[in-house]
Amino acid sequence: MTRNDLVIRVAGEAGEGILSTGQLLTQAALRGGFHVLTYSQPPSEIKGGHAFYQIRLNTYRSYSKGDDVDILLAFNQEAYDRNAAETKDDGLLVYDPSEVTPSADSHFVQVEFPLNDIAKNQLKFPIAKNVVAVGALAELFGLPTKHLDSLIEERWLRKGESVVQKNLDALRAGIDYVIENVPQRDRFALYPDKPHSGEILMSGSEAIGLGAIAAGCSFMSGYPITPASDIKEFLEIHLPKTGGHALQAEDELAAIGMVLGASFAGAKSMTATSGPGFSLMIEMLGLAAMAELPCVIVDAQRAGPSTGMPTRHEQGDLYQAAFAGHGECPRIVLAPTSVRDCFYQTVNAFNLAEKYQTPVILLGDTLLNVRSESVPRPDLHEVKVVDRLLFSENGNGVSGVNGEYQRYVLTDNGVSPMSIPGQEGGQYIATGLEHNEEGLHRYDEATHSIMTQKRFRKLERASLEAPEADRFGDPDAEIGLLTWGSTVGSVIEAIREGEREGLKLDMLAPRMLMPLPEHELRPFIESKRVIIIPEVNYVGQFANMVTSQYPRDYVRINLYGGMPFRVDRLLEQIREEVAQHV
Amino acid sequence: MSSVVTVEKRKVADYKGDERPTWCPGCGDFGVLNAVFNALSSHNFDPQNVIIVSGIGCSSRLPFFTDAYGFHTVHGRAMPVAAGIRAVQPDMPVLAMGGDGDAFAIGVGHLIHAIRRNLNICYVVMDNAVYGLTKGQTSPTAERGLATKATPQGASDPAVNPLLLALATGCTFVARGFSSKPKDLADLIARGVAHEGFAFIDTYSPCPTFNTVNTFKYYRDATDDLPADYDPTDFNAALRYAASEDPLYLGLYYQAEQPTFEDHIRSTKPAATSNAMTVVEGLFDQMS
Ligand SMILES: Cc1ncc(C[n+]2csc(CCOP(=O)(O)OP(=O)(O)O)c2C)c(N)n1
Ligand code: SF4
Ligand SMILES: [Mg+2]
Repeated sequence: MTRNDLVIRVAGEAGEGILSTGQLLTQAALRGGFHVLTYSQPPSEIKGGHAFYQIRLNTYRSYSKGDDVDILLAFNQEAYDRNAAETKDDGLLVYDPSEVTPSADSHFVQVEFPLNDIAKNQLKFPIAKNVVAVGALAELFGLPTKHLDSLIEERWLRKGESVVQKNLDALRAGIDYVIENVPQRDRFALYPDKPHSGEILMSGSEAIGLGAIAAGCSFMSGYPITPASDIKEFLEIHLPKTGGHALQAEDELAAIGMVLGASFAGAKSMTATSGPGFSLMIEMLGLAAMAELPCVIVDAQRAGPSTGMPTRHEQGDLYQAAFAGHGECPRIVLAPTSVRDCFYQTVNAFNLAEKYQTPVILLGDTLLNVRSESVPRPDLHEVKVVDRLLFSENGNGVSGVNGEYQRYVLTDNGVSPMSIPGQEGGQYIATGLEHNEEGLHRYDEATHSIMTQKRFRKLERASLEAPEADRFGDPDAEIGLLTWGSTVGSVIEAIREGEREGLKLDMLAPRMLMPLPEHELRPFIESKRVIIIPEVNYVGQFANMVTSQYPRDYVRINLYGGMPFRVDRLLEQIREEVAQHV
Repeated sequence: MSSVVTVEKRKVADYKGDERPTWCPGCGDFGVLNAVFNALSSHNFDPQNVIIVSGIGCSSRLPFFTDAYGFHTVHGRAMPVAAGIRAVQPDMPVLAMGGDGDAFAIGVGHLIHAIRRNLNICYVVMDNAVYGLTKGQTSPTAERGLATKATPQGASDPAVNPLLLALATGCTFVARGFSSKPKDLADLIARGVAHEGFAFIDTYSPCPTFNTVNTFKYYRDATDDLPADYDPTDFNAALRYAASEDPLYLGLYYQAEQPTFEDHIRSTKPAATSNAMTVVEGLFDQMS
């Protein structure tokens, strides 16, 4: 059987070049026409401490990180000890004998790879250790060397021809070592029968940054927090190219405050944070909803509560995204389902925020934000960008009795034209106080009722324009899987595996979670005999939201250890549930 | 800050909003509002080109009584909101107004950073030593022991000295005003608005309703103008005068020139910018 799936993990000490080894290999594989999907945990310690970088290579598109490892490269003993158990029975463990003493009774083939020795003594170029490793791993899965040769040239040309040559020699040394020393190595070879053309490699955080720029975002403010900091860093570098600006605030309250100020001043604005930071933003989330200021808040979820496990994965912030805030505080929540989707849902988040003048929360997570995926290059001609409805003297918003501008004039869809400071006749006071159509604070019963309806009317309209839900599987299946966010990856693969065994399953993953789009949820829920809701949290936050809106029996599958679903275990649980519901 | 050139000279009435102030009769905030009108008219700003940002409190209601653009934010957060506005509209004059609770209790964290950034705004703190809106609890500027109806046992902690706080944080324009000296206050605000950088004006604005100690008379007796030959570029003098408890000096303590937040924003922009889609296509190219 030809292999079409391979998981490689490089493990060692943080700061030892694990990341650069993995990234070089990933990019070369992308150019070789493979589909790639990476997995890593941001290291808990800055330097030292254990780190790994995992690459899944496929000849078709994959959606999850892969359950177990085919090839493990262990740089040191800790890497060996921690990762050996996740290596498959028929896997291969490659280790540096100067660092690692392998256990005698392993279930897989173990091969010595004197990386340090080759780099130091043979090549006289100790820092080339990582390139030697890249050569070896590439040879194992049969990547044509030209992709690596050209990458090495691009990367080191600035440092001169001789540095390029030294790295090419290092690459060759790795390749030669594998050819001479690894038995039956062709069992790991992959051949992309239909290499993809022109896919690009990006992380979820980069996809969010790119989506923001494409949507016309020109202001970003954030406070560093794992795993959201990368978004700020990306935008600090790239937003100025469009004339925009990203900056670091003194805390998350300031970050959201700046975002609202910028939005008031006319800019499409965003912030990005994780659970603890989002918690701090909640008072001003209400201000955004009340003053009807467009803004996008990314919550890249991590395992909580409190500081929790900053580098681990959990879908624990759905409640806070959907319900946080005092009073009745309308907002839209979107959840992308893949790295590629991070790009598109970020664009949608801005479009909805601007169109409905309301905060939009985009729920990422550790898994999605940190990993890189090969994705088809988005066609920007198909990206529709929506701008806010502006007050203009020649019509929009001039509906007051005496022809004066009214910032919060009542309309069918609840959206009132907005003015930008500097616009003549557009003066108003943005406020978190309840206010009348003019924006003046009023506490009477009629005003609060009418304005509450106005704010929620916008959400009702927005739900009709929800980005289409993610679908996968057999639409006629009686068993439905209802899920959200990054868990979609594991669910799609479980459905694909299940199909091979004749299991018929159908998945719906709404991309808008607040409000839940009725036109997508109801038909699905009413047409399935059994509905299973897998999500990575303890209480079943999504399941509870669905149950309260569409009461019936649901089967819940919850995981809450800080890791994403393994495909094999998820499928097993689905199988068990299906067996119980014959 | 650039003022807008117009032919006609605007009058105070041109800055008044449709809403009448809701403050108690005799509240110090009336005088501050008038000083704001006079300062704006001295620059002859067009009301549509001015933004007034505030927090929450009696004093923070001020934007509603003007004809400028306004943002009445939440308690303590006027500073970051002003920073966001300035990042996007670096040429539009921004005034921030609010109370001592807003500035020195819940919002003090942001105040320090707005000063550090040298955000080019003028911040007038209407200081009455109490939380007026919540019915008179003592604020961080209340002297230790000051008792009010809502703080019957008296303020437990010593007062902050707003001027020393601002000076120690690197503020480039530090002043103290008094609501019952409207001309001087209008002049300070006008200069604060003209200042390139963060202008901080702590302003005594008595709350006759809840603070029966720090009254107009109290401040009239306790204050004195800075000496005629006072040099506002002398940082050490500023520290000395700011530390004085008797008298409490009024006027411009310190002014300096430093790079502003807006300078930084401008410096991050390349000479030629591209349209968003071109930038994204370029990044896609780098990702292959
Ligand atoms: C988060 C939050 N906490 C508490 C309050 C209640 N509150 C409103 S105004 C205020 C204090 C106002 O004092 P100050 O800023 O000095 O303004 P003044 O009313 O004296 O002008 C407080 C505590 C609030 N609005 N928001
Ligand atoms: S309570 Fe005090 S501060 Fe508030 S309006 Fe009345 S007098 Fe002014
Ligand atoms: Mg006060």
